[in-house]
Amino acid sequence: MTSESARFSPGDQVRVRTDPSQGHVRTPTYVKGKTGVVEKLYGSFGNPESLAYGGDGLPKQPLYLVRFEQKDLWPDYRAPSRDKLLVDLYENWLEPAT
Amino acid sequence: MQSVHDRGGRPDDRPIDRTEHELSIWEKRTDALVALLGARGLLRTDELRRAIESIEPQRYESLSYYERWIVAVEKLMVEKGVLTSAAIDRKAAELAAQRAR
Repeated sequence: MTSESARFSPGDQVRVRTDPSQGHVRTPTYVKGKTGVVEKLYGSFGNPESLAYGGDGLPKQPLYLVRFEQKDLWPDYRAPSRDKLLVDLYENWLEPAT
Repeated sequence: MQSVHDRGGRPDDRPIDRTEHELSIWEKRTDALVALLGARGLLRTDELRRAIESIEPQRYESLSYYERWIVAVEKLMVEKGVLTSAAIDRKAAELAAQRAR
């Protein structure tokens, strides 16, 4: 695994793409279009969207732990505003947040 | 359209069901079967997930966790040509007849 091939680093702000999910994807709908911060890079793994259909999973996708603010994810969130949600997301679903 | 398995954020006023349940023998066997099929290269975790997610929504909702697993295993074994639906049905009927005796 070469971390230099990963597009994002811890601390980067990223937005989850809003593409419709076609077939097997690991990105839950409730984070689509939301902005979070990269906590860490796990490494690169075979793409589940290919592996799920007998494909070779290449090219491998960097996988990140992304931190969201709960209040950004849910309308009328009433619990403590410092609450976070951590989600594992593959790089092909992330873009830089500007 | 959001897939049936993509649960997060669906409004629901019901309290979370926290009851534990001991797994039945067939559930433990299903778990073991999936591990074995994986070790033999006949099935991948990603394929199992995909097959579970492809279960028609109303049926998906009516099945328990391991029922979804075994339905997915059957779909994949037929898809990959390891078994035919006819062979599975025949064996299931045979086992049912044996149990009835």
